[in-house]
Amino acid sequence: MKRKLALVALLASSAMGLAHADAVEDGIAKYREMLQDGNPAELFEMNGEELWTTARGPKKATMEKCDLGKGPGVVKGAFVELPRFFADTGRVQDLESRIISCMAALQGFDEAELNKTGYAKGEQANVRDMATYVAGASRELKIATPQGHQKEREMYEVGKRLFFMRSGPHDFACATCHGEDGKRIRLQGLPNLTGNPGDGVGFAAWPAYRVGNAQMWPMQKRLNDCYRQQRFPEPKFGSDATIALSVYMGVNAKGAKSIAPAIKR
Amino acid sequence: MKKIIPFAVIGASLALSGCMSTSISSADADKLTADVIKTSFQDKGIAKVSRLEQDEANRLCSAADVAGKPLDAATAKAIEAAQMKTIKWPSDGAFLGDFKAGEKVAQGGRGLTWSDKAEQVNGGNCYNCHQISKEELSYGTLGPSLYNYGKLRGVADPASPASKAIVEYTWGKLWNSRAYNACSNMPRVGHNGILTEAQIKDVMALLLDPKSPVNQ
Repeated sequence: MKRKLALVALLASSAMGLAHADAVEDGIAKYREMLQDGNPAELFEMNGEELWTTARGPKKATMEKCDLGKGPGVVKGAFVELPRFFADTGRVQDLESRIISCMAALQGFDEAELNKTGYAKGEQANVRDMATYVAGASRELKIATPQGHQKEREMYEVGKRLFFMRSGPHDFACATCHGEDGKRIRLQGLPNLTGNPGDGVGFAAWPAYRVGNAQMWPMQKRLNDCYRQQRFPEPKFGSDATIALSVYMGVNAKGAKSIAPAIKR
Repeated sequence: MKKIIPFAVIGASLALSGCMSTSISSADADKLTADVIKTSFQDKGIAKVSRLEQDEANRLCSAADVAGKPLDAATAKAIEAAQMKTIKWPSDGAFLGDFKAGEKVAQGGRGLTWSDKAEQVNGGNCYNCHQISKEELSYGTLGPSLYNYGKLRGVADPASPASKAIVEYTWGKLWNSRAYNACSNMPRVGHNGILTEAQIKDVMALLLDPKSPVNQ
């Protein structure tokens, strides 16, 4: 069968002229290449993987023993089960706050300092890249944000209240824009995050690369900019409010396939 | 009687929470949320943490949204009556400005975020949620279409007595939408100082002036 196809292809290409066939094949190859390399998030992902396995920080240690919830060293599948409760820190943590806890515990970085560092600046750029790497290791897996621990259930309830909290000069809540199906702002579609918006939408898409501003945004930055547009004051990096919202969105999106790191307009 | 109703609602939600998987009472969750809010936000630029202090209308509407059921009629009416009292009518009696300027206000979406300056002129954000003129194709759908707003309501002359009711309603709705719908999602454009009186007049003209592209 393969030989027959090859023969047909050969005949066809000689009929069309070899030069033309090469041009077409070149075009297809380039197109495939574009699809393969089309999402710049993969560059951040690769950098994140390298950071993960490189000895860094005052303690000159790698992140390979970091416990993201599935035991020290387990990266695959960890993202879709975050945020979750961690006994060692005594709190529910999302991907980025957990990475920072590991950087502090394993590598000796100053946790408070990292939390204060602005988005994409200094070590925060590395947090972003490692978050992208960890998320990418759960591609195609289903969101399964845990609710087994009392604190995880509490955070869901807090997240729900924050989601519906109307305030600020515009009286906006998260729900103002993300509370109904099929709505949009200008031409931008808005996922309904009070339920499961489906595979690769909303919670199951971030971290994502934003083509419009050429930036890689993990969830903390995504939520930060939502609150900016909501005309609220700024949520602190890794604050309980941001984590509670992630728990709320994650539990609502249960079973949705993660496509993170996604590519966005 | 008004005070009894909310307690009945709390009782019902407590009973409900017993058969759901949550192991935290609604009241405890409210308390925990208040604590989380206190520690999670910081001032940035013009966006101060004081913006998180909800007024009565926002507090009640948010709680209704969390509970997943609309406010009872009496509470909704009380909110609407209180919001109605906040409406400031045009100081010189003129409701309509310039529809061309109104289109600019409707197009603008900037203002009042922490990356904006206090002295800048705010936009109305109108097209973010509403279709308005037919020419602008990039409009949102969170609010109803306002295309032909005045024409559909029979406004031939906005200054005529026949148009008085709809002109006043439109002003009131822009100034404080919650006066007409207790938990409306529309920003209280005048009440919260998003737009100035002059800007609201221009938006009024965009919606109601028979010469405005909206009414063609």
